Amino acid sequence: MAEFSLPKNSKITKGKYIKAQGATNVRKLKVYRWDPDTGDNPRTDTYEIDMDSCGPMVLDALIKVKNEIDTTLTFRRSCREGICGSCAMNIDGTNTLACTKSMRDCKDTVSIYPLPHMDVIKDLVPDMSHFYAQYASVQPWIQTDSVPLPDTERLQSIEDREKLDGLYECILCACCQTSCPSYWWNGDRYLGPAVLLQSYRFLADSRDEYTGERLEDLEDPFKVFRCHTIMNCTNTCPKGLNPGKAIGEIKKLIAERHAL
Amino acid sequence: MSETKTKEKTTEENKTMSYKIIEHKFDAVVVGAGGAGLRATMGLAAEGLSVACVTKVFPTRSHTVAAQGGMSASLGNMGKDDWRWHMYDTVKGSDWLGDQDAIEYMCREAVPAVVELEHQGVPFSRTEEGKIYQRPFGGMTTEYGKGAPAQRTCAAADRTGHAILHTLYQQSLKHDANFFIEYFAVDLIMEDGECKGVIAIDMSDGTVHLFRGHAIILATGGYGRTYFSCTSAHTCTGDGNGMVLRAGLALQDMEFVQFHPTGIYGAGCLITEGVRGEGGFLSNSEGERFMERYAPSAKDLASRDVVSRAMTMEINEGRGVGENKDHIFLHLEHLGPEVIEKRLPGIAESAEIFAGVDVTKEPIPVIPTAHYNMGGIPTNYHGEVVNKVGDDPDKVVTGLYAIGEAACVSVHGANRLGSNSLLDIVVFGRAVAHRVADKVKPGTKHKDLQSNVVEKIMADFDKIRYADGDKTTAELRLELQTTMQKHALVFRTGKIMQKGCDKVAKIVEDYQNLKLTDRSLIWNTDLIEALELRNLLSQAKVTIFGANAREESRGAHAREDFPDRDDVEWMKHTLSYVDENNEVSFKYRPVHMNTLTDECEVIPPAKRVY
Repeated sequence: MAEFSLPKNSKITKGKYIKAQGATNVRKLKVYRWDPDTGDNPRTDTYEIDMDSCGPMVLDALIKVKNEIDTTLTFRRSCREGICGSCAMNIDGTNTLACTKSMRDCKDTVSIYPLPHMDVIKDLVPDMSHFYAQYASVQPWIQTDSVPLPDTERLQSIEDREKLDGLYECILCACCQTSCPSYWWNGDRYLGPAVLLQSYRFLADSRDEYTGERLEDLEDPFKVFRCHTIMNCTNTCPKGLNPGKAIGEIKKLIAERHAL
Repeated sequence: MSETKTKEKTTEENKTMSYKIIEHKFDAVVVGAGGAGLRATMGLAAEGLSVACVTKVFPTRSHTVAAQGGMSASLGNMGKDDWRWHMYDTVKGSDWLGDQDAIEYMCREAVPAVVELEHQGVPFSRTEEGKIYQRPFGGMTTEYGKGAPAQRTCAAADRTGHAILHTLYQQSLKHDANFFIEYFAVDLIMEDGECKGVIAIDMSDGTVHLFRGHAIILATGGYGRTYFSCTSAHTCTGDGNGMVLRAGLALQDMEFVQFHPTGIYGAGCLITEGVRGEGGFLSNSEGERFMERYAPSAKDLASRDVVSRAMTMEINEGRGVGENKDHIFLHLEHLGPEVIEKRLPGIAESAEIFAGVDVTKEPIPVIPTAHYNMGGIPTNYHGEVVNKVGDDPDKVVTGLYAIGEAACVSVHGANRLGSNSLLDIVVFGRAVAHRVADKVKPGTKHKDLQSNVVEKIMADFDKIRYADGDKTTAELRLELQTTMQKHALVFRTGKIMQKGCDKVAKIVEDYQNLKLTDRSLIWNTDLIEALELRNLLSQAKVTIFGANAREESRGAHAREDFPDRDDVEWMKHTLSYVDENNEVSFKYRPVHMNTLTDECEVIPPAKRVY
């Protein structure tokens, strides 16, 4: 029988433990660290945080570590209000945004890892380029043959516009994408929940005229149909969206197209 | 692509090393991928020019994404409207510091700009007739201020910036533009007074890139992070402005910083003015709708500077809410769950996460929060950067352009109206693409650089990379932010600002004592934050020095010791410069009191009441 074991360099070692001096209200952050310059195995460093001088969110705690304890700690962040999607990471076993995840809702020792199953560039920074390329591959822009009147907007009914609710709000954080076991296995060919949600956003737009071409392009054993409705995507989405449902809708449209 | 080597010393003692420079040649280079940068990139690609967009964050992470309320344009979908009324409101909003030719251009182009966005796929909210939904916003009126409030702000629920930014990125993908993502722009290549390129670091591997372009377009946004409490993202550090100051060029009207009335108390996150547009209102500790006293006609929809001052006065007079009586309540519980769910779902979510408030039942605790920089790189309405040279106040800097919050066109003057910012970025992103396409022939050859400008930039970079003093970036940044928060806020006095000037000058000097720990070149955010801080420092310095110099009150710049607007002495733009010794100096430029066409008239200065 084949024997599986992790490659040597993927084993995570135990790193430093840094105490907070003179603090009474202490929480711990256990953070994945990997320094690409040394070639050493990844490790987890543990930092004690004085919550009396820290903001409420996990991102606040990470910034406190970076500002006051270890300036080499590396992670992406920008808007700090859950709209830019930069600080997606795995916190206590769930993919989410560090900026909207309250420390109160975490375990006593908060475990922080990069988004799973992505190549890591450094610490909590994964390589997102494959995800972005997949996004571009579904041609996520409005496509029409008819030319709208230059001086006025196209009309769209309130009901048709409502069909985009729950789709257009995606922030491309890739929390859902990287929570999907099917994506872990077949991420090279399966488009994954975030990309399919965006694909469906254009299928659902009454103004788009390329539904046929879009569905044609999605017809393939892998692109859509590797979704096995595990629904990790929907459970993990920090914006409360439902990529699983959108994928179901795409499957339905493809089936209906065949029934014609 | 060609590779050249700088003549850096490679000795171990001074720790400098040889940086291999990877050179790229394009017709045009855009720095920044927010709404303005993407609109320019897309436009230039569509015009057939080779264009690179260099950005320190993935495009949809840019702070345009956080804009909520909407984009103004006199479509007239909800009632009669006219771009001239929009122009009047904008000039009045600017407290007569805005250039009227540029304002005319922006308000006139607003309608085609928003229609174009709709055609590109922006999911605007809709009216019963299926047209773009428009909501009221502060300072937007009809009939040249004499009519009812205008419903002029085009909205996609309360996520308009997100909807526009994502659409513009999608359009850039469609036009197959070249993106250099997570590249940090360090400095401009200036030779003989012309801009010939920009140096950037690829954050993923630390390689150094020289982007040559016949047009370098700065779309690097504002510098909100000079303040401790701001609605701006961590990445809003005004890197383009910093580069411009180091290039010896001017920044304009930097003393004008907008404080948004409704940042969430404590967290600083933005709550859109659209809340008040939909009928929300502010109250003090006595439960009074105090805006009725300060702005009897416009009430809660007065201009942002007016509302922020009123809130600050209420708090100063002991009528703040909360344990420390230091903030104000914003009510929307009376709007009902349906309106909130349909029109304001995003802020309901933000209020719950960051203030623990259910907006259908309780008010949101809010406080005026640093939000927008009216000042920036001076440009004309084509987006060309200008400088005052001799007697010419409008001398164009060849090769350099600026758009969006980084620029000061100036369409916002002393105070920006809400929803004029999304308009600004799209209109001037488009304008700059047209202008560059007119001026640059595709494929024009680049002459070799003659000077050692690249070596000098890399020497400065290397010095920061190996900085080994005793103050971390975070320590210096916090000192700067708390100083600005204390000494250059909503109300200002000469005495307080002078102290602030001294403190900021000292913090700028302290940058020499900077200490970095991470020496790597791979995703070294210790280094990137230090480079960002270098930009913040010079901008903070010209902001507070410029504010101290301007002895009047105008728009967002309110001085207790000079409470009136002084049109005789001060109806002029401040140009601020920083020399190699960090000394600040000023020149002044006249405000453009002319229109572009005879389809509208110059709006003469008048007392500004709402």
